[in-house]
Amino acid sequence: MALRRKWANSFIFAILLVGGVFMIAPLLWMFTTSVKDRMDVFALPPVWIPNPMHFGKYSEIWDKGPLLSGIKNSVFVAVTVTVVGTFTSSLAAFSFAKLRFPGKNKIFLLMISSLMIPYPSIMIPQFMMFSKMGWVDTLLPLIVPGLFGNIVMIFFLRQYLASVPNALIEAAKIDGSSYAGIYARIVLPLIKPAVAAQLILWFMAIWNDYLAPIIYLNSPEKQTLQLVIANFNATYAIQTDYPLIMAASVVALLPMLIVFLVFQKQIIESVAISGVKG
Amino acid sequence: MTTKSKLYRKEAYWGYLFILPPVLGLLIFALFPVIYSVYGSFTDWDGLGQMNFIGLDNYKELFHDELFYKAMRNTLYMMLGIPLGLLLALMLALGLNRGIPGTTAFRVVYYVPVISSLAAISIMWNLAYNGDFGLVNQFLDLFGIKGPNWLMDKSTVKPAIMLMMIWKGLGYTMLLYLAALQSVPKDYYEAAELDGANAFSRLRHITWPMVKPVTFFVVVTNIIGGSQVFTEINIMTSTGGPEFSSASVVFYVWQKAFGNLQMGYASAMTVILGLFIFIVTLVQFKLDRSSEINE
Repeated sequence: MALRRKWANSFIFAILLVGGVFMIAPLLWMFTTSVKDRMDVFALPPVWIPNPMHFGKYSEIWDKGPLLSGIKNSVFVAVTVTVVGTFTSSLAAFSFAKLRFPGKNKIFLLMISSLMIPYPSIMIPQFMMFSKMGWVDTLLPLIVPGLFGNIVMIFFLRQYLASVPNALIEAAKIDGSSYAGIYARIVLPLIKPAVAAQLILWFMAIWNDYLAPIIYLNSPEKQTLQLVIANFNATYAIQTDYPLIMAASVVALLPMLIVFLVFQKQIIESVAISGVKG
Repeated sequence: MTTKSKLYRKEAYWGYLFILPPVLGLLIFALFPVIYSVYGSFTDWDGLGQMNFIGLDNYKELFHDELFYKAMRNTLYMMLGIPLGLLLALMLALGLNRGIPGTTAFRVVYYVPVISSLAAISIMWNLAYNGDFGLVNQFLDLFGIKGPNWLMDKSTVKPAIMLMMIWKGLGYTMLLYLAALQSVPKDYYEAAELDGANAFSRLRHITWPMVKPVTFFVVVTNIIGGSQVFTEINIMTSTGGPEFSSASVVFYVWQKAFGNLQMGYASAMTVILGLFIFIVTLVQFKLDRSSEINE
């Protein structure tokens, strides 16, 4: 029995390994293409490890398109939204979980139901609204809605707060703490791990967003990173400069990959929870 | 008594204040636009001139719009990958649930495509599907298969994009399954084994029912996400593919609204999309309720 299990496990390990190769090989290929000599891209049989590697494209990309401003814009949008939005969301989650006021559950239900409104169903009026305000071709339409909070985050933080005993908050109230004080000194420190995980997930979603930026941003220097690399793809594919395109794409992909590898434990755990509870 | 009601009033005041920003955000950036969208779908809205009420004209026109039908069919077609993705993810999760060494590393490896930028991934697959020197055909060549020019051929462009979507989403579904599997009590399996149940019947009678909520959740979220697919289409087939064979509904909406400024017409499409998603969510809710009652 034990031997059979050992064999079965080795077999499964091998399958998982092959699957893992299928997951990673395209990304590796993306990287090796970016360091290939332009002719090697077309070589048959394919060159897997170019010799020598040409890292020249990684210095060329900064002059071939607004990559740097793209990074700056993406960072600006994602940081502003997540920092302010996490504050407003966690405050609302605290209120929904621990404070008593009439109509609370109805309002919460309304918020949760609004989650099923797909973005395409609101993007046209939203666009006209922001265009009336003169915000088209600025980063504001990508930033301002997020500042008001994120319903998914409110939902998960509220769930998380359910495990915080009410007595803790009642005690602070009796001690004369203000509600803002209870939030800052008791609630926030307690939910920090959940806040951090949700913040990272939200940051990644904003960083990788494509539909909203493509609607609002026209000028190259206003565009977010994802749009910039899409334009690299459209522009340099005609010249078949694939190493250049891949180098720009690797640069767009790398920051989130690093964030993921650093925080993989927290990210994976909070995603796994979302499914069980979802 | 008065101090108590005063305290309550104070609590309610702060309670409302704390939820004010998201409530305002919801009203301004979601509810108002969604109502406006419905209204706009009954007008000849072009974003420039006056909006004139034209009744159901947009919807009538949609009924005869061959491209809209095509976009809907394409979108549904690309969702056919959902069951395949589920099956692969469940098999991987079952493999990972045996305490094999390297489980953590595998979880990370399979999750990398999930966190990767969709734009960057689409650009990479765009090249990988190239008929002459793409990774996919080079791989097929090892087995002596001559692959097509995937994205240029109307019969292969949808399966190609579908496979890419499976590849990207696999790690997420696998992770959810794995979490569900880990919560199945071990003694269920031990009891079944004592009763002489073989591996397949254990899978069918214990594992599958236990992970049903996850299957459900993933199917619904995938349908909702899949009905809004846009980025892959926009990057990999910038014109909507050969003969519009890869254009999705949202791609067509985007073209009509922001390319042709037919905002009323595009709004009608988004109303249909919204209704579709509403129905899917409702069905999930109903089924979820009934499964809870049955068990």
